[in-house]
Amino acid sequence: MLDPQIILAGVLNGLLAGGIYVLVAVGLTLIYGVLHIINFAHGSLLMLAMYAVFFLWKLSGVDPYVALPIVTAGAFAIGFVLYRGVIGRWSHGKDENILLITLGVSIIADNGALLFFGGDTETIDVPYAGKIIELGAAFLPLPKVISCAAAIAICLGLGLFMARSDTGKAIRAVAKERQGARLVGIDVEHIFAVSYGIGIACLGAAACLLMPTFYVTPQSGYAFVLVAFTTVVLGGMGSFVGAAVGGFLIGITESIGGLLLGEQLGQIGISLIFILILLLRPTGLFGARA
Amino acid sequence: MRNAALAAALLAALVYPLLVPNYLITVGMLMFFTAFIGQSWNVSGGFAGQTSFGHAVFFGVGAYTSTILHVSYGWNPWLAWPVATAMGGLVGAGIAFLSFRAGLRGSYFALITLAFAEVFRIVANSAGFTRGGLGMLIKADSRFENFQFATPIAPYYLALALCLVSLAIAWWLTRSRFGARLVAIRENEDAARALGIDVFAEKVKVLTLSGAMCAAGGTFYAQKYLYIDPSIAFGIDKSVEMLLVTMVGGAGTIFGPLIGSIALTTINELTRNAASVFPALKNVQPLSLVVYGAMLILIVARLPDGFASLLKRRHA
Amino acid sequence: MLEVRELSKAFGGLKAVDKASLDVAEGEIVGLIGPNGAGKTTLFAAIAGFHTPDSGRIAFAGHDITGLAPHQVCAAGMVRTFQITQPFARISVRENIMVGAYFRTADRREAMHLAEAVAARVGMTSQLDRQGSDLTVAGRKRLELARALATRPRLLLLDEVMAGLNPTEIAEIVEVIREIRTAGVTILLIEHVMQAVTSLAERVYVLNQGRMIAEGTPAAIAENPEVVEAYLGHGAAKVLRA
Ligand SMILES: Nc1ncnc2c1ncn2[C@@H]1O[C@H](COP(=O)(O)OP(=O)(O)O)[C@@H](O)[C@H]1O
Ligand SMILES: [Mg+2]
Repeated sequence: MLDPQIILAGVLNGLLAGGIYVLVAVGLTLIYGVLHIINFAHGSLLMLAMYAVFFLWKLSGVDPYVALPIVTAGAFAIGFVLYRGVIGRWSHGKDENILLITLGVSIIADNGALLFFGGDTETIDVPYAGKIIELGAAFLPLPKVISCAAAIAICLGLGLFMARSDTGKAIRAVAKERQGARLVGIDVEHIFAVSYGIGIACLGAAACLLMPTFYVTPQSGYAFVLVAFTTVVLGGMGSFVGAAVGGFLIGITESIGGLLLGEQLGQIGISLIFILILLLRPTGLFGARA
Repeated sequence: MRNAALAAALLAALVYPLLVPNYLITVGMLMFFTAFIGQSWNVSGGFAGQTSFGHAVFFGVGAYTSTILHVSYGWNPWLAWPVATAMGGLVGAGIAFLSFRAGLRGSYFALITLAFAEVFRIVANSAGFTRGGLGMLIKADSRFENFQFATPIAPYYLALALCLVSLAIAWWLTRSRFGARLVAIRENEDAARALGIDVFAEKVKVLTLSGAMCAAGGTFYAQKYLYIDPSIAFGIDKSVEMLLVTMVGGAGTIFGPLIGSIALTTINELTRNAASVFPALKNVQPLSLVVYGAMLILIVARLPDGFASLLKRRHA
Repeated sequence: MLEVRELSKAFGGLKAVDKASLDVAEGEIVGLIGPNGAGKTTLFAAIAGFHTPDSGRIAFAGHDITGLAPHQVCAAGMVRTFQITQPFARISVRENIMVGAYFRTADRREAMHLAEAVAARVGMTSQLDRQGSDLTVAGRKRLELARALATRPRLLLLDEVMAGLNPTEIAEIVEVIREIRTAGVTILLIEHVMQAVTSLAERVYVLNQGRMIAEGTPAAIAENPEVVEAYLGHGAAKVLRA
């Protein structure tokens, strides 16, 4: 048996990673909840955002945290345009078309990254990378703590935006009843593009929060896409609370799985959870529909 | 007219390796091989409409089954081949049974196949009997009775034969009750059920067939390259390749995967020289996949039946 | 031939079908009418195995078929059509009908002949090579009928095959349905509009808000005040009588 102290440290580390998964999953679940589409490009777009953060740092020395507003805004713009120009326009409203189109986007992104950036693993050396916060027996890297806190703050901010702002209310109206929303004069296609943009903006923010402690390769997208879908499916497709709970659970699963089964086999937990949830409880923990 | 064209194409395929340098024979081999595994995807994804993102799971099961039997237990690879094929069918049946029993459709089925492939990849990456991430090497002994080849000619003809078998299977699907039922399921599951089709059973059957075909391809691949590792065998690249050639060539058509494979292989060869034109590119290999990703989007957006539909339209 | 007893089916809190019973004897044409949302389609779906009933029993040709899957119900000799037509869009009308015909034979040639014969019966011969997606509303309704017929059922459940058709088309399909019955197929048909049923059915059941409120000859049903109220709203019967 493992020392409970180590388990506790594992849980804490998992929670820290989980905070960022929450942010990634909130983006995915927002897109699903509003547009009812599966955004298979989610991981690949996160990977591109991570490269953006990396190059901002490498070429202009911008700290990842400082880059957050720029990358987030850029990601929103890219998401908005991607929806307007490709996904919304060409899918003809069919679920499987969107799956294939977003697969196409992810193939282009993954291989484009390989083409232009090469296959090397890229990391950012921030001066505060080695700073540690001691919490009982657990040593928590300072950037992970900052990133997790920031991710939670951003999610709460997004929640507030959805609850209070006119755009947020329109998004929720479209998510609930798109025909009705259309009847009361909401430009539904515009809201779709905005929602997709916000979903991708979450990835931009997540990329900035990940890069101080994580690495990026062209394969990062694939690594994250299953994590993101598992989080969302675990919580229940379209559910924000579900995405939040799911994110932390997945973070812990990954961390504890790594402790118990080793770095390699530890990753199996996420795929197994994904499979089991789909087979046994497709509505997830908080979802209403399959 | 059509038959004459097909006969001419077959004749050309048969004499092709006698006329071209070795390098082009290997290109031809790859083309037919990719068409073959593409057809395995097409059987379930194209005809039956069950889009999979994780067909590599079958490919990998085939590659690993025969390689383990051969390397660890001393089986002759020719004998291991049918066993590997059957294992692929078994895994196909198992995944189909679980997924379709749970009522998964569309995107959810696609995603769960991806997760299954990932589970297999991670297991292969960690387990002892697969030699983990190191992968498995097959000792070179280039004799035909070992399922190994000294020249590119033999694998070329073997890949061609596999491709022809897969074309025959696809042709049979267009002419048989089983195939008609698959198409009905693809087009409208509820109507299919109303007309007496046991949708669940047919889906399990088709994934069994598809998994077996794909696994047969896995063994061929392992014997051709004498090496497999978890990423090659179970990684998303193979799954995507099978899906792409089929979607681009024409899902649910007999020749779709072959057309798509010819196009992909050609683009591959053309882009191989792109490094000299665009020195900024670090790595030209992915260029063809970028082109292909774009083609996938265009196909879904503009030509839902693939390039094969262009040919058909001209015939009509 | 068909016996439905006290069948109930709820969606969440909504009782779409509430203890409904009906009987169809061999050789009959029976109508099932009722206002929109009465639960007619849900009742059909439950009979044909598409919904598992919450309670109640369904017997067909002497066998209990409650809870059987649709393909098993079809094998027993009963097949439904869809109110919202469900053509196989990207294959031809011939191939559409062949899917039904393959239920009785594995032989392609035989299935094709059967499909063509059925197409002739419902008047679709000229459309055999059309794509399923290229049909008009009338064509789609006929295709529903043809596909179901190709399975050679003993009992056909027809769900609003006349909705959306013009009077000429209705007259044609009424004739087709008569001939199908003459050929020995029992028919239970849903119609939203009463007139269409009157000319075909010997007996009519009326469903309202999930409950079977009346049963009788079309003439008797038309007189029934409860039925009139169901259609026209509360108090309507009194007004009409006055
Ligand atoms: N799958 C379903 N889920 C939830 N409610 C349904 C479903 N199918 C039908 N209903 C509801 O059940 C009621 C009966 O519908 P239906 O059987 O289609 O009526 P009819 O065919 O008589 O017009 C309606 O209120 C309808 O909204
Ligand atoms: Mg109805």
